[in-house]
Amino acid sequence: MGLKTPIFELHVEAGAKMVDFGGWDMPIHYGSQIEEHHIVRNSAGVCDVSHMTVVDLSGVDSKAYLQKLLPNDVEKLNRPGRALYSAMLNEDGGILDDLIVYLTDAGYRIVVNCATREKDLAWMQKQISTFDCRLTERPELAILAVQGPESIDSLKSVLQKSAPNHVEFIDTLKPFVGGFSDTWFIARTGYTGERGIELILPAEDAVQLWQDLSSANVRPIGLGARDTLRLEAGMNLYGSDMDESVTPLESNMAITVVMEGERDFIGKAKLKSQLDEGLSQELIGLIMQARGVLRAHYPIYSGDEQVGEITSGAYSPTCGHSIALARVKSGAEDLEVDIRQKRIPVLKIKPPFARNGKQVYKLP
Amino acid sequence: MAEFPGELYYAESHEWARLEEGGTITVGISDHAQASLGDVVFVELPELDAVIAAKGEAGVVESVKAASDIYSPVSGIVIAINEALEDAPETVNESPFDQGWFYKLKPADLSELDALMSVGAYETHCENEAH
Repeated sequence: MGLKTPIFELHVEAGAKMVDFGGWDMPIHYGSQIEEHHIVRNSAGVCDVSHMTVVDLSGVDSKAYLQKLLPNDVEKLNRPGRALYSAMLNEDGGILDDLIVYLTDAGYRIVVNCATREKDLAWMQKQISTFDCRLTERPELAILAVQGPESIDSLKSVLQKSAPNHVEFIDTLKPFVGGFSDTWFIARTGYTGERGIELILPAEDAVQLWQDLSSANVRPIGLGARDTLRLEAGMNLYGSDMDESVTPLESNMAITVVMEGERDFIGKAKLKSQLDEGLSQELIGLIMQARGVLRAHYPIYSGDEQVGEITSGAYSPTCGHSIALARVKSGAEDLEVDIRQKRIPVLKIKPPFARNGKQVYKLP
Repeated sequence: MAEFPGELYYAESHEWARLEEGGTITVGISDHAQASLGDVVFVELPELDAVIAAKGEAGVVESVKAASDIYSPVSGIVIAINEALEDAPETVNESPFDQGWFYKLKPADLSELDALMSVGAYETHCENEAH
C-alpha cells in the first residue's frame, strides 16, 4: 500500500487504474490514456499531482540562497507571482532535480518531484548553512493541474458560485504567473504545453474542487496522458531525460542556465568547462514516421556507430506517429533506431513536437 | 471486469484460439490482456501463408505501455490477417474477442488445442498473475 493523495477515493470511484508512482498510489488512466490526452489538447481535463513536493522558503537571505542553489537566476523574478523553471545541480553540475520556483509575498514557493523528495530536501537543507532562511515542507497541501484550451473558462465557471474572489484573481494572471488568493495558490503554469492552471490548495478544498470540476465535465486525466502531453511539449522528465549523470547543457536546458555575471551557483565551474571544451552529447527530439513506437533505452545509430539512446518515447496522439527524446553524440546526423534488431530511420528535430492542440514541426 | 468467453482456448501468454466451423483457428488476445496493455497503438501481424509454430512469435502489439510479442497458441499456416487493425488498432481494446481478432490459421494439428487452457483455468491463471 502506497501513500494516498486526498483525491484517492475519487480516482477509484472514477474507475482509475492505480499504479505505484514513487511510493504513491496514483491513477495511470481512467479507461483510455489516448482519449485523456486528446481531451487536454482539445478541451479541458484535471490531473491530481498532489504527490509532488511543495516547499516554502522564507527569511532575509532567501534570494541569495536560491542564487547559490540554482543555475537559473531568481533575479528574473522581478515581482511577486512570477515563476521560474530551473534545474538543481550537484557540485559536478549533475542534475539533482528540476523544479519550479515562484516568488510570493512571503518569500518563495518551490515545487520539486516526488521521487527525489528526500534527496532534494536533504541537499537544500545542507546548502542553507550560513544563509539566514528556512525551508518548510507543506505536505498538507494538494495540487491540481487544470489543463486544456477550455481549462481556464471551465475553472472560472465552476468557481463563479462557490468562490468568485478566485475568479477575479485568475483574471489578473498572465502565463507563467501565479500567487495567493486567500489560502489557494493559483498559477498559470503546467506540464502539458496547453493553456492551464495549477492550484496548490488545502486538501478538503481540493476534494470539493475536483468534484465540482467533474460535475462540469472537466474530465480526470491520469499520469499516462500527462507523460505523453509533456513529451509532445518537449518537456524533460526527471529520472528519464535527465539525472545526476548529465548537466542541463546536455539536456536541452541551456536556456534555464544563467552563466553571465559574478554570481556563483553550485555546479557553475563544471558548466563553464563544458562550454569552453564543447559539449560531447546533446538531448534532441526524434520522430519516426514508420509504424511502431520509440521507447526509452532503444539504441540510436548513425551508420554503424551507436551514438546514443532514447531517454523517453511514446506514440504521440496529436502527431499520429511515435516521438522521442534521445541523448546522442553532439551533431550526430542520419539517425536510425534499433527496434527488435531492425534499423528504422528517425528524423532529428528540436523539441517541442506539439503545443496548443497542434503539431509544431513540418515533416519533409 | 474483464470478460472471459467460455468457448475459447487460452494460452498462458494471454492469446485465445477459437475453433471455427470449417476447422480453421482464429487467434486474438484476451480482454484481460488488452486491459493490462492499455490503449493499443500498432499491431504487427504475420504474413499471409506464413508457417507458424505453436508458441512461436506471430506478431507484436504496441500499446501506450509496452511492446508485447504475440505467440501463436497453435501451429499452422496463416490464411487470413485482420487488416482493419492497421487503421484501427483500438479495435483490439474495444472488441478483443470479435472485431479485434489478429489472424486465422489452417491448423497443423488440432490436438494442440488440448495443451491450452479452458476458461476456468485461464481465469485462475489471470488471478494468480495479479498476486
